[in-house]
Parts: sequence; C-alpha cells; structure tokens
Amino acid sequence: MSQTVKTAPAGAPAEASNRVQLGLSNRLLARPEIGALVAAVVIFIFFLAVAPSFRSLPSFFTVLYQSSTIGIVAVAVGLLMIGGEFDLSAGVITTTAGLFNAMFCYQLGINLWVGAIVSLLFCLCVGFFNGYMVMRTGIPSFLITLGSFFVLQGANLGVTKLVTGSVSSPNTTQMDGSSSLQFVFAHVFQLGPVQLNITVIWWLVFAALAAYILQRTRIGNWIYAVGGNAASARAVGVPVTRVKIGLFMTVSFLGWFTGMHYLYNFNVLQAGNGVGNEFLYIIAAVVGGTLMTGGYGNTIGVALGSFIFGMTSLGIVYAGWDPNWFRAFLGVMLLLAVMVNLYVKKLSTTRKVG
Amino acid sequence: MIPLRDGRRGSRRPRLARTLLAAAATTALAFTAACSGGGAPPASSAPAAGGGGGGNSGYTFAMITHETPGDTFWDRIRAGAEQAAKDTGSTLNYSADPDATKQATLIDAAVNSKVDGIASTLVTPDALIPSLKKAEAAGIPVDTFNSGLDYYQQAGSIAHFSSDEKLAGQQAGAKAKDAGATKILCTIQQTGSVALEDRCAGVKDSFPNTENLQVNGADDSAVTSAIQAKLSQDKDINWVITLGATQALDTIKAKSAAGRDDVKVGTFDLNAEAAKAVQDGTLQFCIDQQPYLQGYLAIDQLYLYKKNGNVMGGGKATLTGPSFVDNTNVATILPYIDQNTR
Repeated sequence: MSQTVKTAPAGAPAEASNRVQLGLSNRLLARPEIGALVAAVVIFIFFLAVAPSFRSLPSFFTVLYQSSTIGIVAVAVGLLMIGGEFDLSAGVITTTAGLFNAMFCYQLGINLWVGAIVSLLFCLCVGFFNGYMVMRTGIPSFLITLGSFFVLQGANLGVTKLVTGSVSSPNTTQMDGSSSLQFVFAHVFQLGPVQLNITVIWWLVFAALAAYILQRTRIGNWIYAVGGNAASARAVGVPVTRVKIGLFMTVSFLGWFTGMHYLYNFNVLQAGNGVGNEFLYIIAAVVGGTLMTGGYGNTIGVALGSFIFGMTSLGIVYAGWDPNWFRAFLGVMLLLAVMVNLYVKKLSTTRKVG
Repeated sequence: MIPLRDGRRGSRRPRLARTLLAAAATTALAFTAACSGGGAPPASSAPAAGGGGGGNSGYTFAMITHETPGDTFWDRIRAGAEQAAKDTGSTLNYSADPDATKQATLIDAAVNSKVDGIASTLVTPDALIPSLKKAEAAGIPVDTFNSGLDYYQQAGSIAHFSSDEKLAGQQAGAKAKDAGATKILCTIQQTGSVALEDRCAGVKDSFPNTENLQVNGADDSAVTSAIQAKLSQDKDINWVITLGATQALDTIKAKSAAGRDDVKVGTFDLNAEAAKAVQDGTLQFCIDQQPYLQGYLAIDQLYLYKKNGNVMGGGKATLTGPSFVDNTNVATILPYIDQNTR
C-alpha cells in the first residue's frame, strides 16, 4: 500500500472567480481524518519494516477483523462524540445483547431470530433511556452512562446467574436459527489464502453510511450543530433532543450488532465480558480526529482510528515483542493523536486564506 | 431480614420507552407460540443438590476472593463454599474484588464485623498479609485457598487449600513434551497475576522452549486474533497452553483460522464447553484444580476448627490439584460439570 498525501504548492494561481479559493494543503488539513490517515500510513510502514510476518495477506485480514470488532461500535461512538456526548455503557451493552438473546431463547425454547429482535428492542430502550436522561436532567452524559454501565454490568452477572445457575450463557449451536444468524453476524468467507470475516464488510458499510449521513444530509448538519453549540442549534430550529437521543440509540444499535457477532462467533458468552472496551471505542474515535468537545470529526477518521488500533495491537504480536507493553503504546498513540489534532485544527482555523 | 423495597418513587417513564417495552413484550408473546428446538430442557426431575443437613451452627464465616466478576471458575469456588456453609449450618458472607487494596479493605471489614472465621485467597501476599494479621490479632481464625502456597504461613493462616501452580505448569509442560511439542505458547489472560505467571513458569521449567503471550481475557475476539497472529508469526509453535478454559476454545478457533491444524491445545481449568472439546478430541487436556473443592474445604475447615479444633494438612498445604481431565476420564466428570460442582 503506498498512499501518499498530496501536497500541492500552496498559493496556486487564483481562478477567475469571486469565491475565496483555499489552497489544497489547507483544504486537506481542514479534514478531521487527515492526521489519522498519516498516522495509519506511518504505523503500517513501520510494522511492515519491523515485523516480517506482518507482510502477508492473511495477516492483513486478521488485522482487519480485529479492527472491525472495535470499529463497528466506534462508528456510532464517533457520531455521538461529534454530537457532543459520551457513552460509557457501549462496552457492556454488547455482552448484554448477546446474553439476552441466548437466555431468552433458551428458556422459552423459541427461534433465535425472535430473541435477536427482542434483544435489539431492549438495547434500543437502553439507548433511549441514556439519551432521555441526559436531555431531561441536564446531568453530563459521562455520569448518566457511567450509571447505566454499572447497572448493565451488574445485571449481566446477576440475571445470568439467576437464570442459568452459572455465569455464562447457554450454548446456541443446537438452537433453531443459529446457522442463519451465524451467517449474518459471523460468517467467514474463504478468499483463496485469506479469510474475510463478514464483520469487516459490515464495518466498512456502517462507516461509509455514517460518513454519507454526516456529510450529505440534513441530519448530518444537525449532528455537527448540536455538538458544536446546542443552544444556538436549538435557536435555529434543530430538534436537539431528538438528535441526541437518536445518537444514543445508534450506539446501542451497533453495540447490539457487535454483541450478536460475539454470540454467534463464539456460541457462548461469559457474563463478565466487554468491560473496558468502551474506552477502546472512544480511543478509536479520538485517534481518528474526533474532538472530545464535540462538533468536529468524521467517521472515515474513526474507521482509520479503529484500523490503527487493530494494527498496533496485533503488530506488536507479529513483531514478536512483549505484548505487556501494548497498553503503554496505546496511551502514547492517544496522546500523539490528540496533539496532532490540536495542531492541525489550529492550522486550519488560523490560516483561512491560502 | 427485611426485604429490600422496590425503590421506584413515582419515576416518570418516558412514553416512547413504555411503548417500546410493550412492543417488545407483545413480540415475545406472539412468538412464544412458535416453539422451536434446542432450548432449555423442561424442568422436571432436577436432582436436588446436596443434603443441607447440619442444623444451625450459628457461625458466620467471611469468604473474600479476588474474583473477576463473571468468570465461570469463580462461580464454582463460590458454589463449593455455599454448599459447605449449608452442610455445616453456617452463614456465609461472600465478597470479592480483583483489586488487591480493595480486597484488603474487605478483609478489614470482615474483622470489624467480628465474624467467626475468614477464608481468603492470597493472590497478592504483600497487600493482604497485614490485613490477615489484624484478623489473627483479633482472635479470628484465618485460612487461605486458591493462591498463595508459599505465603500462607506468613499470613498466620491455619490451613491452605490450593493447587500447586508451578507443579501444575511443570506437569502440563511434561505432558505436551510427551505429545511431541517442539515449541509451546503459554497465554496469560490477566495482567500481573502471580499465580498465572507461576503456571507459565512451571511449563517453562519442564519445557524450556516456551514463550508467553499476554491476551485480553475480557474480549474473546481480541484473544482469538492475538493467538491467530502469533501462530502465523511463529511457525515453530506446535502447542498452545492456555491458563483458562475460554481462552482454550478461542485458541481452537484461532488455529483453524491461521491454517495451523497441526497445533495442539491444552488448558488449565475446566468448563462445560472445554470438557466437550476434550471429548471431541479438539482439546488435549484440561488441568483441573477443583475450585469447588477449594471453596468447600476452606469453609469446612473454619467450621471444624471452631467446633472441634481440627486442622487439615498436618502443617502443610492441602493440594486440590493438579488433576488431569483428558479423553480417558472426561466421560465420568462431565455430569458433575453440568451440575456446576466440578
């Protein structure tokens, strides 16, 4: 892969037009994902150089798979952060979704598809609750979703133990509907020497769809507006409450989606899983150029952030280094990404005319 | 005891949420009619577990562990402890925290509430020994289990029940060696645990060509990708020993994804899925340290000590493992696993 960032000379001859034409370098710098793209290319080349087994095509697809399991929820978390809010319950809701589906169908002896849909409705209710509480009470979403994080974590354990007598879900392989669900959420395509997990396709689809909505639709404008300044957005007629609740429900939808992947890929879920992943989603979004303060970012950047996460977590293994250091690398990268974003944002806001 | 009251104080449920809930319930009901296979077996002749005798001894014992919430292993320890409390007519106060300093605080709390005995794991001796010493000073008998084989005497523990992690690791390494291992990958699913490091160190003792890999035990897809990556990076590895049963199942997935069907897998600890994999032959062995027995003995010991001054082990630790579950004995053990007692 040899992606080069084009840097045409600034100050190209002005066209015969009364519009102010920004230089190409400035227009590029103004894009939120440019920092992440540069970082992704640098990290990719770095691991190509130091890790021989990173160079094979199957390795690349393993990296894509790892990126996709973080990346799907990160798309929604990115949208939510652009809209100015956080969701700390995004990690455990994946486990809740899977546990709900497996136990519901096992106990009632019904088709897994029914449970999957009921589980989706339940997850959407959680998202609605998060959004409604944030808008209604004015308490920061950090606190509200921290609360729902603990509630879900506790309920995952408590309810599972109560229903199954153990702390893991029943095995789904023998139940009706498991093979078709497995195809939708966890199928592996064998393409010659490489294995493509279906989650990679879903990840790219969701990221592209979200990018389209953000850039090309009215709802996209609303999301930027409520994240930038909710009060003035409301003043110009943006339905702030509905947009924000919708964003929380998007997070729980994609959390449910990933939960379905976990369940149908591994057939059994332990009730304690998923804790800690909420930070990985936020990291992917931030590394991908989303600002913590809201109103800035896009989902292509978030997808790149997830890809950087996948490359780093596995690149260390491919290089044969001690993976004990992985979290330290992750922390350094997060700090670098934030600083690059800050720098780029400053450049793009101070030099308006190229 | 007064049951906890339902704490809803006229909370206003959003209308849409109510509608959604109602929709969910209706859908569920509508489809319940369409029953299909593979669900729970009808509850009819479930055998009542345990005899629940012992009357009421009046003792209250505290059990404090470093449980990671939601792990099937700890669920069995707790099941054993609860059965022992039931059998001896005692009350069990169970609490847990994976954070060492918080576990120490839980021990302090048990001492403050003047329980009749404390059973604790000893996973981080430096952090826990001061608190256990306080219990001893307050005249509360302490025993330890699961981890801390080398430290239990310093902690003033009257008896200790655990597997010998290093010995278990050595035996696992020896078993893999007999089965033709050329290089072993040993995966650790929880950072910084002394017991887990000991297991891999034991494997390395009996099979020096062993490499460790740290994986994130809370995310199966991360475990799978990491092991898949490692197996494609290092083609010399032909054995993987995982320290938990779920990671063994992830490894089976990872090795087929990496196209490394030559790789064999063995694991520490046991659960229903892993036992079935042993039966199928996709998993070579599970090392069982009998967590149910550890929990049971730790409480039973406290009861016998209070009642009769008995001490188990004759000044030495009582070993509950390692015992191997492989294709020779898995059929006898499976029913106990399904009962959550093994």
